[in-house]
This record gives sequence, structure tokens and C-alpha cells, in this order.
Amino acid sequence: MSRDLLAKKRNFHWDSIFKITATCAGAFVLLIIVLIFGQLMSDSWLIWEKEGLAFVTGDRWNPVEGREAFGALPYIAGTLVTSLIALCIAVPLSIGIAMFLSEIAPTRIREPISFVVELLAAVPSIIYGLWGLFTFRIVFKDWFESPTHEALGEHIFLFRDAPFGLDILTASVVLAIMIIPTISAVSREILLAVPAIQREAAYMLGATKWEVFRMSVLPYAKSGLIGASILGLGRAVGETMAVTMLIGNAVGPKAFPFGFFQQGNSLASIIANEFNEASPVSMYFPALIGLGLILLFVSLGINVCAHLIIRRVTNAHEGGIKGF
Amino acid sequence: MEMNALDVLNAMKNDEQPSTKRNEPEKEIPNNMTGDGKYKVLIENLAVAYNGKKAIKNINMKIPDKAVTALIGPSGCGKTTLLRTINRMHDLTKGAEVTGKIIIDGENVYDSYINPILQRRKIGMVFQKPNPFPTMSIWDNVAAGLKLNGVKDKSILNEIIEDSLKMAYLWDEVKDELKKPAVALSGGQQQRLCIARALAIQPEVLLMDEPASALDPIATQKIEQTIIELKKHYTIIIVTHNMQQALRVSDRTGFMYLGDLVEYDKTEKIFKNPEKELTANYVQGRFG
Repeated sequence: MSRDLLAKKRNFHWDSIFKITATCAGAFVLLIIVLIFGQLMSDSWLIWEKEGLAFVTGDRWNPVEGREAFGALPYIAGTLVTSLIALCIAVPLSIGIAMFLSEIAPTRIREPISFVVELLAAVPSIIYGLWGLFTFRIVFKDWFESPTHEALGEHIFLFRDAPFGLDILTASVVLAIMIIPTISAVSREILLAVPAIQREAAYMLGATKWEVFRMSVLPYAKSGLIGASILGLGRAVGETMAVTMLIGNAVGPKAFPFGFFQQGNSLASIIANEFNEASPVSMYFPALIGLGLILLFVSLGINVCAHLIIRRVTNAHEGGIKGF
Repeated sequence: MEMNALDVLNAMKNDEQPSTKRNEPEKEIPNNMTGDGKYKVLIENLAVAYNGKKAIKNINMKIPDKAVTALIGPSGCGKTTLLRTINRMHDLTKGAEVTGKIIIDGENVYDSYINPILQRRKIGMVFQKPNPFPTMSIWDNVAAGLKLNGVKDKSILNEIIEDSLKMAYLWDEVKDELKKPAVALSGGQQQRLCIARALAIQPEVLLMDEPASALDPIATQKIEQTIIELKKHYTIIIVTHNMQQALRVSDRTGFMYLGDLVEYDKTEKIFKNPEKELTANYVQGRFG
């Protein structure tokens, strides 16, 4: 075969087809976000026109025509508070699970448990909601909420409300259970990705397993673990079904989360609860869409914060680890 | 001053592990030995298998004190495996099975009463790639092993850190920026930092697994100079792919092939006049 023949065999068309398809796929992501944002903006336009920023800062909620008042603040607070409580419960547990799976569990046990953790992540949220509604909240109320209320209710305002089972704390705990699989599965991958040579550096100095984890694995994996937690937070913020079933669905000023045992509402849960009652011609519908827009911004805000935190952690040392 | 810091560490070591040394007579080495003429590490009938597959078979070796012993051989010959058995790193490898004895100062490190964690504190190790703790400063990296061993006094720490960095020939380059992150150093400096970190815990034996394989020639030269200086105080065992390096730094060389120690003798003899043909072929670069 001559050189000319070889050159002719090359076909460069595939390269440009590859470039075009890949670019289209990339552009699709941008298109989707622009469309969602545009739709939410146009459908909620009326409420912004009427209430302006007071829609974000207000706390009244009255869909009755003629006496309409819409304020999103209690639900923004409800979303953030439930998600943060869930995060506080879920992160230590998840990192514990990830630590067990990556550092301690023998291979024989590691695989099945990792599989179960991933299985938990695949359980639909309605299942968690049903379990929470019919089983967990009753047990939780009898064994934790009521005794805590009796012991601390008079002294600490957070435990003041008489527990009913459907409240901020129940929703948060179930939310925590729901985000544990996500956080622990990602954390496990991050811990396993710490190079063996980093661990050996600590072992060489005569470190125990815990010391190896503390001085070598944890600092190396820190930014990744924060990323994993934020991923969980993102899931918690948008979680709708289970929260709707458990949070108590209060509206108006009394939905503002001031106590663990109080009925509340989150951005996602109030939309899920009320959208089928809202008539598209009234202010009710634009108000709910407006909540959706706020939810989108809260999620975006969390993502931006996550990036900033991760960047700060990774840049804490000049030329530090670019992990996640 | 220096005694002070050393005393702390030595006292610590003696506390932690009851010395039930056997009454093995100190073996005098005939006059062809280097160093002060004693053997530091005795390897007896050592074999290692990974999940039943033999990686090294029945190795016997006497490693002299205060000298550099090099292990050479083609990839997969078991030299790194042999090195890692000495500080029981294979305890961490799943499916690894070690039989035989490694006797350091009369104590078999595989005896059941030996705690591998305490054992590793007596043996320093330097790895193929520099592996400083990336989020720690230079100072913290060298202090890491000392802190693990319970040394908290800042002045003692400072003293040992300075000594260790001087011994690793890094002190002059970093003395004004000890608080800088370790990863800001160049690769060669990082490797010398790792040597300093290993020296800080006053090891009895220093293991080096191709310590210069990831470095450029100039950094390699510095590491080699460091090794030659260090042998005044330490027993060093170095695995290397680079035969010139073995020739430059070591007093004795073991040539390994397919899990066997084919030949082990004075470095000069191995390279100039080996007994076995296989050794001759390898050191002359006919395979490898």
C-alpha cells in the first residue's frame, strides 16, 4: 500500500459530526435551564407586578379572591430549616457509614453494604413519605417528641409546641434518612479515591487506623466530603413528596419555623399541596409559580455557595488538592 | 540539647514495647563488611504470597548495620514486596501472607507479641512518589510522626525538626518558610521532606522504595548524596530500578529475579564479577 492510499482511507467527516453532536448536547443543558427560567418568570409575572419584593419578605397567605395576600418567607425559612436540620443529622452518620465502608469493613461485608446503601438511594420518596406518615411519626412522637417536650418544653422555646407527629422535626429526620444514602455513597467513593500512598505515609509513622484517617485521609478528602454534603443538601431542598406528607402544612405567619414540634411548610410542599386548587386566572396560580421560582434560586444559591466553599477549602493552601 | 530530644524518643520506645530480646550473640562480620561490622536485619526463610500466588520465595539475607543495601531486579521480581515486609506494610494488603522471620536487633518482627503499629514507628519508609501530607505545612509534615508519638513540647519538636531537615539536606532551602505548605516545594524537595519526616521518629532502619524514580537527574543526585550521608547513622535498604544508582550509593546489592534472591554480595562484586550468569546478564543490561 502506498502512502497515498493510506491518506485517502482517512475520513475526517466523522470528526465534524462528532463535534456538532457533542456541541448540540452541551447546548441542550443551557436551553433547558433558560426555558424553565423563562416559563417560571412569565407565569409568575403577575405576582411580582402586584407584590414586588414583598412577595419574598411577606408572611401572609390568603388565596381567597378579594382578600388575596401572598408572602413566601415562612416557606423559604421552612425549606432552609428542614434541610439544615436534615443535613446536621445526615452528615455525621453518612461520613460514619463511608468511613466504615472505606476503612474498616472487610471486602466481604463492604460490597453488600455498599449495595444496600445505593438501594436506599433508589427508594422513591413517596415510600419514605408513607413510612413516615403511617409508622415513623407515631413511634417518633411517642418515644422522642413527647418525652422531650415534657422535659424541656417549659424551658426551651424550640420544644414548646405540643408534639403531634407531623411537624418540622419529623420531616427533617425523614429527610435526613433520605439523603444519607446519597451523601454516604459519594463520600465512600471520595474516601476510596484517597491514594494508598497517602495512607501509607501515615501508617509508616506508626499511625493507628483512626490516626491514619484523621491525619491523612480526612484532610485529603475534605473538599470532596463537603461537596457530598452539599449534594445531599440540594436533594433535601427540592424534596417534595415525603416533606409534604410529614411537615404539617401550616400556612401564613404560623408556618414560620420557630420550634421543632411546630407544623410548617416548605416551598416544595406548599406548591405540591395547593397547585390543584389554584385557578390560573387568579393571583393564586402566579403566587405558586413564584414560589417555584424562589425555590430555583434557593437551589442555585446553594450550588454557588458550595462552589465557593469548595474553592476556599481547596485553595486554603497554595497549590492544595484539587479534589472534587 | 540534642540528647534531650533523643532521650524523649528513646524512652518512649522502651516504654511502649517490652524488650524481650532473645539472647542471640552479636554476630561479628568478617572484614569484608562495611559499617561497624554488625548485621542489623536478618531475613530468614521469608516467603510472601498474594492470594496463594507466590511473590517471593524463601529468601535469606543478612543486612549490615550502618550501610546501604540495594535490591535490584526486573519489574515484578519481588524487591518492593521484600522491602514492605520489613515494616509489616503487608498487614494492610488483603490476601498477603507472610511466612518466615525478619529479625531486627534480635526480635522477630513477625512474632505474635509484636504490635505492627509500634513496630512501624521504629522503621522509616520513603516511597516511590513523594507523599507529603498535602494540607500540612513543611513543619507539620516533619512533626506528624513525633506528634503521633506523643511529643508535644514545642522546643523539642523544633529541635528534632531542624535536625531531621538538616539530615535530609533540606534545611538550608526551607528554614525560612517552614510554615509554607509542603506541596509548594518541588518534587525533589518534597521527597527530601519525606525523608526528613521518616527520620524525625528516629528509625532504626530506613527503607526506600525507588525514592528517586519520580525525580529529575539533579534532584536524584541530591537524594543520593543524602543517602550516602545518612548511612553514617542508619541502616538503609533501597529498592532501585536504576543500576547506576545502586552502584553509586550501596555497599551491598541483592539481585532478585522471579521472587528469588539470585545473588547477594558486595556491590562491587555484583557489578564487576558476579557469580551467576543471570546476574551478569542483568547488570550488563542484557535483560530487564
